[in-house]
Amino acid sequence: MAPQAPWTLVRKGCSMLRLEARPAPSRLFAWASPLLSLVVTIVVATILFSALGKDPVKSLSVFLIEPFNGLRSLTELGLKATPLILCSLGLALCFRSNVWNIGAEGQYLAGAMLAGGLALWFTEQQVGINRWAFVPLAVIAGALGGAFWAAIVALLRDRFNANEILVSLMLVYVANLLLSWLVFGPWKDPKGFNFPQSVSFADGAAMPRIFTGMRLHWGFVLALLAAVGMWLFMSRIYLGWQMQVGGLAPAAARYAGFSTRRALWTALLTSGGLAGVAGAFEVTGPMGQLTPYVSNNYGFTAIIVAFVGRLHPLGCVFGSVLLSTFLIGGELAQSRVGLPSALSGVFQGVLLFSLLACDTLIHYRLRWSAAPRAAGAAA
Amino acid sequence: MLRLELTGISKQYPAVRANDQVNLQVAPGQIHAVLGENGAGKSTLMKIIYGAVRPDEGTLRWNGQPVQIANPQQARALGIAMVFQHFSLFDTLSAAENVWLGLDKHMRLPEVTERIRAVSRDYGLDVDPLRPVHTLSVGERQRVEIVRALLTKPQLLILDEPTSVLTPQAVDKLFVTLRQLSAEGCSILYISHKLDEIRALCHHCTVLRGGKVTGEVDPTLETNASLSTLMIGSAPPELAHRPANPGAVALAVRGLNLPKLNPFGTTLADIALEVRAGEIVGIAGVSGNGQQELMAALSGEDPRAPAASIVLFGLDIAAMSPRHRRHLGLHFVPEERLGRGAVPAMSLADNTMLTRTEAVARSGWIDTTAVRQLAERLIAAYNVKAGGPGAPAKSLSGGNLQKFIVGREIDAGPKLLIVSQPTWGVDVGAAAQIRGALLKLRDEGCAVLVVSEELDELFEISDRLQVIAAGRLSPSVPVAQATVAMIGEWMSGLWPGRTAPAAADGAAGAVDAGAQGVQHAAA
Repeated sequence: MAPQAPWTLVRKGCSMLRLEARPAPSRLFAWASPLLSLVVTIVVATILFSALGKDPVKSLSVFLIEPFNGLRSLTELGLKATPLILCSLGLALCFRSNVWNIGAEGQYLAGAMLAGGLALWFTEQQVGINRWAFVPLAVIAGALGGAFWAAIVALLRDRFNANEILVSLMLVYVANLLLSWLVFGPWKDPKGFNFPQSVSFADGAAMPRIFTGMRLHWGFVLALLAAVGMWLFMSRIYLGWQMQVGGLAPAAARYAGFSTRRALWTALLTSGGLAGVAGAFEVTGPMGQLTPYVSNNYGFTAIIVAFVGRLHPLGCVFGSVLLSTFLIGGELAQSRVGLPSALSGVFQGVLLFSLLACDTLIHYRLRWSAAPRAAGAAA
Repeated sequence: MLRLELTGISKQYPAVRANDQVNLQVAPGQIHAVLGENGAGKSTLMKIIYGAVRPDEGTLRWNGQPVQIANPQQARALGIAMVFQHFSLFDTLSAAENVWLGLDKHMRLPEVTERIRAVSRDYGLDVDPLRPVHTLSVGERQRVEIVRALLTKPQLLILDEPTSVLTPQAVDKLFVTLRQLSAEGCSILYISHKLDEIRALCHHCTVLRGGKVTGEVDPTLETNASLSTLMIGSAPPELAHRPANPGAVALAVRGLNLPKLNPFGTTLADIALEVRAGEIVGIAGVSGNGQQELMAALSGEDPRAPAASIVLFGLDIAAMSPRHRRHLGLHFVPEERLGRGAVPAMSLADNTMLTRTEAVARSGWIDTTAVRQLAERLIAAYNVKAGGPGAPAKSLSGGNLQKFIVGREIDAGPKLLIVSQPTWGVDVGAAAQIRGALLKLRDEGCAVLVVSEELDELFEISDRLQVIAAGRLSPSVPVAQATVAMIGEWMSGLWPGRTAPAAADGAAGAVDAGAQGVQHAAA
């Protein structure tokens, strides 16, 4: 062992960048950190585009500007954002309540299956229904399906103390296989040339659209209303506040006498229900039939959205728009510039990582200092 | 030659100047008190000496040589040991493993375990080296820290509020140890706010206020009043303790038996106590003897109490939730302020809603204006220094947060208030204010139960005293008939009527004593 390394460290001390604890967490950086991480993501993107031999300015504009160009693009953005908003809202509530549900994808599929089954029933029985009357039915079916899938997680956690992270994740694969079985088996369209897909739903069994000729449906507006509702629940409703106490300080929740079981069930049923509604909107909206690919990984992407949005309902809306931009930008970049569409996945990852890194600035600030850091190393 | 000499030490933190041109001289073998309120800069100064914090200005001489102490390892290499007020122990490791981490690596764990046993025997510090730290009470953790420091055979030992968790007899014993260490040439920096102890133990006293030295005195020549004037700028207010006027029985605990929840908890055995309206009952005891378990059973956080063992105004509340008990008028101030009594990251306004639901409508709708107003009222009424109702709980000093929490519960108009460690880590001014508020509450007819490890405090405010030891509760004694020596003896489990002395710690002793009691009864 080198004798007394600390002394030499002191003598050789040179000016360096140093993290210094803030007296209080910075409110500014709580909101600036997502923006800063977006800047980092753009810088990484520029380097990546250049390395792939593409014009970075053009590629970036395709990626980040084109999705906002014109009403049609905007409606497509809203269409992608809808399931992300719904799933991330529920996840934000879960994560704030210290319930680590990462299986929104499975709950989404469960909702999609139940609502899809309902739409198939209307289609096959040829029951006349108009789209406006169908909306509440789709919402209920989706919510029931998703909530049921999440209830399995809650029950196993509540009764057997099973880890909800594992259970919710594994149920995603169960839901996926169940959906595959349905569309490969009993619900397969007999006239579908053996493709794994159901018949197309009847015209009445679908989400009403906002603009004629565009796919955006009224579910987008309902998702925005859900965000407002969730914001009120978290900030103005006693139960919502209690659940956050349970997440932040479990001993304080016990001291106050708040029920952890109630928080667990509420968080899981709510997030499951919202994810299920997202699935219902997707199959009865843009898809119009059931296929094995009814999800675009929305349930998993929503985890990133929830954190980018600071686990705040309105932040979730912005996060959803941002991640939808990546999804659409990735498709456009593939068709227009010839970039691999996997890039949008890369950007999601870079964004999440740089967000976690930038979050350091909420509790610390950077300082240039002549003195070397002395304390941290040893304590 | 001085053992340690600090000249012109200053340390600026982002929000506060913690040390301002501080000079300190410690001679070999000297027991040197550093006196000051919370926030006076004592802890920062000690961390500078221990290498955990770097001063902005000033020089440090160790045995005459100028040194720059870069980190605690280096401080330990020089022969400086420190017992922190806030413990630096890893929860998941055992006491012995924690101690081992701070020692030279040539020693093996079993040797360390043996040495810990030896040191704890020599100095009367009861420590089981094999127990994981997360199962230890606050007091037991501090004992581990003291033993860890003594194992390094230091030339300078820094003790930060070391006696708050010891019985009076153990304090005397510790003082014998410290005097012995001092006679062997080890210098001791003794940080405290307990004036009696400083006057009894220390050779020299440096008083800090607002980061500056306000006095250099020989404490043996000073009075409590003169020391506290140096410390807080004025003499502390005298408490007006009028005789109690006890009314109806508020809380009656009978036959409360509660098996421990984890292997290192304390089993409560046949607890009986009574608190009447208009009186303060104090429960003394060394921490880790069942206080936490008793508090959890009374507050409802531990709902396993046998039926009819806890009766509030004639109503069996043994199985009720904390919220239900609160509706019946039982309010509780827990020992841990951050994380239990308050949510650290939430604002003071939000934190009122843990126990106060006036601002919550039946529908569950929160009236945020009313919540803020309640917080503002508490801040004003209880003289809480905070950045307003929006300030997060963790931004407050311990004393101010305690004033806020105690205020929150008193303001609710409780019929029975249970307070655990009302002034733990709270500065003198705030402590006096909290005790005053408890007495005022008593005079208004509320029943008050106080659990504390500070005997001075219990003698100051209680009307009757009971002692908890190894999960059993002593009979009650009016405070006028109690002496410190007697209560100290009871704290080791030796009160009249106990047939066998139980170990001060660990439930095995209690069970044995209980079994013997049964045999005696049978004979």
